[in-house]
Amino acid sequence: MDNLINLEGVEIAKNIKDNLLTSSEVFNFFKKRIDRLNPSINAFLEVYEDFKIEGDSSLAGVPIAIKDNICIKDKRITCASRILSTHIAVYDATVIKKLKKAGLAIIGTTNMDEFAFGSSTENSCYGATKNPWDILRVPGGSSGGSAAAVAARLVPFALGSDTGGSIRQPASLCGVVGFKPTYGRISRYGLIAFGSSLDQIGPITTNFVDCAHLLNIICGFDQYDSTSSTKEVPDFTKSLDINIEGIRIGLPKEYFCEGVAPEVLNALEETINIFKKKKARIINISLPHTKYAVATYYIIASSEASSNLQRFDGIKYGLRVNANTISKLHSLTRKEGFGCEAKRRIFLGTYSLSSGYYEAYYLRASKVRNLIKKDFDIAFSEVDVILTPTSPTVAFKLGEKIDDPLSMYLSDIFTISANLAALPAVSFPCGFNKQGLPIGAQLIGKEFNEEILLRLGFSYQSITDYHKKIPKIATIC
Amino acid sequence: MVNREIVEYVAKLARIEITEQEKDFLCSQLSKILNYIDTLKEVDVKDIEVFRGYHVKECFLREDNILIFDAKEKILKNAPLEEDNYFKIPKVIG
Repeated sequence: MDNLINLEGVEIAKNIKDNLLTSSEVFNFFKKRIDRLNPSINAFLEVYEDFKIEGDSSLAGVPIAIKDNICIKDKRITCASRILSTHIAVYDATVIKKLKKAGLAIIGTTNMDEFAFGSSTENSCYGATKNPWDILRVPGGSSGGSAAAVAARLVPFALGSDTGGSIRQPASLCGVVGFKPTYGRISRYGLIAFGSSLDQIGPITTNFVDCAHLLNIICGFDQYDSTSSTKEVPDFTKSLDINIEGIRIGLPKEYFCEGVAPEVLNALEETINIFKKKKARIINISLPHTKYAVATYYIIASSEASSNLQRFDGIKYGLRVNANTISKLHSLTRKEGFGCEAKRRIFLGTYSLSSGYYEAYYLRASKVRNLIKKDFDIAFSEVDVILTPTSPTVAFKLGEKIDDPLSMYLSDIFTISANLAALPAVSFPCGFNKQGLPIGAQLIGKEFNEEILLRLGFSYQSITDYHKKIPKIATIC
Repeated sequence: MVNREIVEYVAKLARIEITEQEKDFLCSQLSKILNYIDTLKEVDVKDIEVFRGYHVKECFLREDNILIFDAKEKILKNAPLEEDNYFKIPKVIG
């Protein structure tokens, strides 16, 4: 039983199918781990007492954790915000429907930055999540709860959401695989909206095999999300191929620059050598508008967020602070209900969309976004895939950046462009620094070409074992 | 740069009450962030269209069929205050 933490989710599912294990034994095994370890990590916000297996698939019977901004019918959903703290979801998000139909056991909800605003999971009204590799450090964010839970093997895999790197950056800082598919690949119905033109749900796993199996389950068109794509979804497990000969990998010079920690650059160099050994072709490229990505993102994401968060007004959901007039009720409720970073983003977004500033900020940013996308179009005429560091540093200390929003925003510098250009991207563990903290590499693909990311990742993991390393805290359980 | 007047105006638009202390704090933080964002001003965006996404052309409206969404009670239960199947709010018209 103890070796369950070393098994892939598909292997656990196979054991259940072969009657070597029952889904209850597996559920209780992970539940016990959560009970014992969660007090030190704070990755889970809620753990369910029981589960129901409602369907079948290659992952049937395996537990999965869900970021607390995805609706699970009749369960509490908070977005880690005081304003929603008592809210019970009245319907299943499309991805949850699909997981249930595939027979997965939903084990609980994971911590996050409030409304997914942040890169450290410190902006949660339920307290910060700790990085299992060093509990004095952040797990990244905003899907820090999901990434930390998977890294500590409290659950075989989890769902997160990614608006500017919220799946990939915590995956990098926690040493796991975090996949953001092409915008439109997965329905956003039932995902509480942050930046509607950027948000995408995706899996956080320890390995690329489980990642492909989960993508098979959750991708596809949905009539309830008009931005979900009607493009046919391939069988992603067919991309699990170790042969990568001839694949052209681009290295954008803007991502291998000053400001990236030398230990991160060294790990990337080793990764490049592994791909070279496997006969991929390495090509130097340029994405000249990269330096404008963070500024562009914070205008677009905050503008969309300020609009999406208007619905939290003390009338239809959760918290209400009573007042004599409706406008006083709105403004007192929102004052009490939103945390610091949420307010900051709402202010920034409201300002950028307000009359007199709209053209200088939102409109200009939307145009620069197009230039960033065009950089990728040009790059992809020369290469099949782009390799970069996921984050310029390893996990930083709790509290280190919380009072300096700009430096926090800059920790997403390498992940943001994929959201702006709507491209698929993945972070996977590619080494450790001297203190044993994980380092992540990022692959970015052409739109709707998730397969090439899976293929390179699987090939990489077939001859390396960084993804099999487990934090100490998770082994003493 | 952002001054107190702008912060007060944005607070009103965003319907978030802020304290005097928060006003100064927001002035300095928003100024810093906007100062960084002003790097966008150096980009030549003349004749550049806004980004519209890859598959907007694909988007279409679904057929206008009536579907039952049977959760009225649960939706109302999530509201802070309800009465007789309505959300209850302070009086709006005089």
